Formats: sequence, structure tokens, C-alpha cells
Amino acid sequence: MSGLFNPTIAWITMRSTLGRKRAFLFAIPALILILFTVALKVSRPPSRPWPSHVLGTFGFSVLLPLTALIIGTSVLGAEIDDGSIIHLLATPVRRSSVVVTKFLVATVLTMVFAAIPELVAALIAGGGSSPPAGTGGGPGTFVVISGSKLALGLFVGALACSVIYNAVFVMVSVATTRAIAVGLLYVLIWEALLSNFVSGARLLSVSHYGLGIANGFAHDPSLDAGLAVPTSVIMGAVVTVAALALAVNLLSSYTLKGEPA
Amino acid sequence: MTIELRSVSRWYGNVVAVNDVTMSIGPGVTGLLGPNGAGKSTIMHMIAGFLPPSRGELTITSGPTSSGPASSGSTWRNPALYRQIGLVPERDSVYAFLTGDQFVTSTAKLHQLPEPGAAAARAIAMLDMADAANRKIATYSKGMRQRIKVAAALVHDPEVLLLDEPFNGMDPRQRLHMMDLLDKLGSGGRTILFSSHILEEVERLSGTIQVVVAGRLAASGDFRAIRRLMTSRPHVFTVRSSDDRLLGSTLIGRPAVTAVELTGTGLQVRTSDYGAFCRDIAVLARDQNVRLREVLPTDESLESVFAYLVAN
Repeated sequence: MSGLFNPTIAWITMRSTLGRKRAFLFAIPALILILFTVALKVSRPPSRPWPSHVLGTFGFSVLLPLTALIIGTSVLGAEIDDGSIIHLLATPVRRSSVVVTKFLVATVLTMVFAAIPELVAALIAGGGSSPPAGTGGGPGTFVVISGSKLALGLFVGALACSVIYNAVFVMVSVATTRAIAVGLLYVLIWEALLSNFVSGARLLSVSHYGLGIANGFAHDPSLDAGLAVPTSVIMGAVVTVAALALAVNLLSSYTLKGEPA
Repeated sequence: MTIELRSVSRWYGNVVAVNDVTMSIGPGVTGLLGPNGAGKSTIMHMIAGFLPPSRGELTITSGPTSSGPASSGSTWRNPALYRQIGLVPERDSVYAFLTGDQFVTSTAKLHQLPEPGAAAARAIAMLDMADAANRKIATYSKGMRQRIKVAAALVHDPEVLLLDEPFNGMDPRQRLHMMDLLDKLGSGGRTILFSSHILEEVERLSGTIQVVVAGRLAASGDFRAIRRLMTSRPHVFTVRSSDDRLLGSTLIGRPAVTAVELTGTGLQVRTSDYGAFCRDIAVLARDQNVRLREVLPTDESLESVFAYLVAN
């Protein structure tokens, strides 16, 4: 991977991404998550498993992918849209190097703007409490979950989600000029809706890969992790590699359209 | 160091943009001309490696340089060939958040040049942009952005330089400077291909043209030679002599001369045979004891060549 990293492209991408007006949007989902967490911490009784639901399910399937969507489609898609990508592509730099470098920059930015806020929110929330598996969550059956374990699990899960989501969104930004719209539909319909209500869809859900990995640390049934850690890691790796390989192939075939006669 | 297109076609669905074009572009400056929609941008994009031909073969062959070994092949999905190609795209999109120096230096780094800073400084100086190099590109005029794009395209000293409408947005002084530069680069053995709709500048800069009309190659070669080959359309000469009326009456008797007009400053003569007229007028003037002061072809401009090709 390190041979594919190009520091010049990374520097240009960082300047380009953080210099655009939409950069301030990066922090909005994180801000919402932290404010929401503080509000719940103040208002909700400690006996309910809200940290796992809010920071896990909602955080991984809505807020984190939205941040990754904004960043992942900015690092390459914005340059493709305005045509400035041609200055990178008209050099002997390998297309795999362009894609991997931009993916790494997007991943780091998403970790800063989403995974770290997820950790901060989890530390604010403290430990949750969950009904043990199989009890149905009846009154008086809650099990206390360690705050530090939950925070660690959510942080590691968010880091994993940052990697996988960005591979997907970088690929989408090369595949279509309507990357934001396509990505938004994917997040809202697939990740936020179907994967949480259709159990079979979890095998192809990035948020559930993150929840599966998070649960490996937190051991919290309220995280509603439908996948085991090995499955989550393997599927996450497969999706990441496949998305990046497809992005490289698409970028290698990048065309400038001439006017037809 | 030669660009070869052999029976190259490119279509979009049912629309044919380029139809069976064969051309060879060697060292020197070559102009690629055509009206809007003729397919010249499509040809430029295919040569630059940003569009595959639907049919036919396109190769660029270049010798070894300090930055890489000899190479030959299609530019499509072949980024290694950009070591010897510089591209100035038509679209006015650059990294506006960078300074001119940062933009050219980063291009040098992407080409893995051993001294990117020195290479960038040299290319910037070549384009007369040193004074503005530390300003952000966002503050540049359109002509300055064109020049910094050319500097970035030249930073690795390529053998082949492709420029799509390079004079867009430049003021007259910048245009002259750019024309001088391209002329020098072409004279130095580089293969320069540029497209432009400013025919007067093409005429001044390039003796060799490739004219594309409706997706087909309408003409190829020296534009003055092309004009002379168009014998079906009369050539127009302005003639000044010691006795214009006598010379005009003699000329009208020649089979190659189709019309003679006496103007306030001399004669305007139309002829269907360029070579025969040039031979005849000298002999006739001598026989009539008329001193020739000026014999000037007035419609040899590229504009007339181009208009004729498009009309036919």
C-alpha cells in the first residue's frame, strides 16, 4: 500500500478538499452526534441502552456514512467534475496510486471528522445497559456495559467503517457524476433502512461490518450486531479491495468527451 | 517522435465523430483545424490518451530522453507514455487554490523529476510567468492560466506537446510570446500539435495543417500547397506595374486568366492555374516592356483555404 501512496497527490488532495466551501459540512454530522449525545445524557435515565443505539446503529448507518459520503466524493469526484483531474492523469503516475492516495486521504479525514467524534460521544455517554441475550429486555434484567469497552468498540468500529465507506464512495465518485445523489440513496435506503430491517441484507452492509467489529470489543447485545467479527472483517476487506480495484479500472478508462460531428 | 493515426474512427452511439482518419504528424508545428463539431477535439483527446478509438490504430513513437527510455504505443490506458508527452487541455480548470509555482512544481514531482523546483522555475521562466509565480492561480487572468498550464505541460521537457486551443484568452502580446515559444520548440525538433480557431495565428505559426471537416480529414500538409492544389477555384493576385492598363489587356488574352480588374492601385487578376500564371506574367511583362513592381497572391490566407474546404 505504501508504494501506492503519492505524497504530492495527497498534498494537493488535502489542500483541495479542505479548501472547498463544503469542507465545513464535514463537521456537521459529528456536531449533531455529540450534541445529541449530550442531550440524551442529560435527559435519559441510565437504565436504557441508548448509547449503543444512538452511537452504534444511528451513528454507523447514518452519521458516519454521511460524513464519509461528503469527504469520499470530494477527494476525487470534485476534480472529475471540474476537469482538473486531467492535470494528474496526464502524468506517468499510476492510476492505482491516484485512487489509493485519495482513498487514504479521505479515510484519514473521515476518521478525524467521524471516528474521533464517535469516540468523544461514546466517552460522554459512558456505559450503557442492555438486556442480556434471550431475555427480551424485560424490566429489571439489564446488564451494565463498561463505558470504556463500549467507547473502544465504537471507535474501532468507526475506524473500520471509515475505511470501507470511503472505498465505496471513492469508487462511486469515479463511476458517476451524480455521486452525492447515488451515495445518499445508498445510505438512506440500504444502510439506514433495509440493512436494519432485512436480516439478509446485513451481509452486504458496511454499517453492520462496523457494528460486528465494535461488538467484538464491547460485547453489547444492544449494538444489534448481526455479524460476527471474522465475517465483518473479511467482508469489509473484500468490499474495500473490490471497490478500490473497480475505481482504479474506471479511472484508467477516464475519457474526455469530444463534440460529435 | 511521430504521431500516427491509421484508419481511426470514433463514434458515440449512432453519431460518427471521426471517420476513417489517417494522418502522420512528425516533428515541427502542426495545426489541427476544423469548424465546431468537426471532430478535432475528439482527435486531440484520442491522441492524448483520453479517448479510445472505436476502430483503427493510434500510436506515438518517441526516442529515448533523459526522463525515460524510447517508447511506442497507444496512449490509451498507457500512463507511462506521458513521460514524453505534454498536454494542455482546452478546459480552463486548474488547481486554483495553488500558486503558479506550486502547480508547476507539483507537476514536476508527479513526473518524478530529480530537481522539481529547478525544472518548475525553468518552465515558468520560459512562459514569462516568474513575476506571478507566487500568486494563487485563482487571481490569474485567463491568459495567465493558459500560460501556467503550458508551463506545467513543458516542465518535464516532453518530446510531444499537445495543445487544445492554446491561444484562448491571451492578449496580443501573450499570443506573440506563445507563438514564438511554440515556433522555437518545433524548430528544436519537438512534435507540436495544436488546435485553434484563430486562423490568422495558425497561418503565422504553422505551415503544416490537418483540416478536419465533418469527421473526415479534408486536407493535410502545407497550407499554401493545399491552396494551390485547389485549381477549381480561381486564385487572386494583386499586381502593380509600370503600365497596369497595358499589362491587364495582355493578361486577359491568356487562357489561365479568368478575370482582370483595374483598381485604383493596380490590377486584381483571377487565375485558375497558379503555376501557369506565375510563369506567364513574367514573360508577358518582359515582352510588353512593362516593369513589374508587385505580384502578390491575395487569397492565400488559411481563412480562404479553410472556407473553401468547409464549403466543399
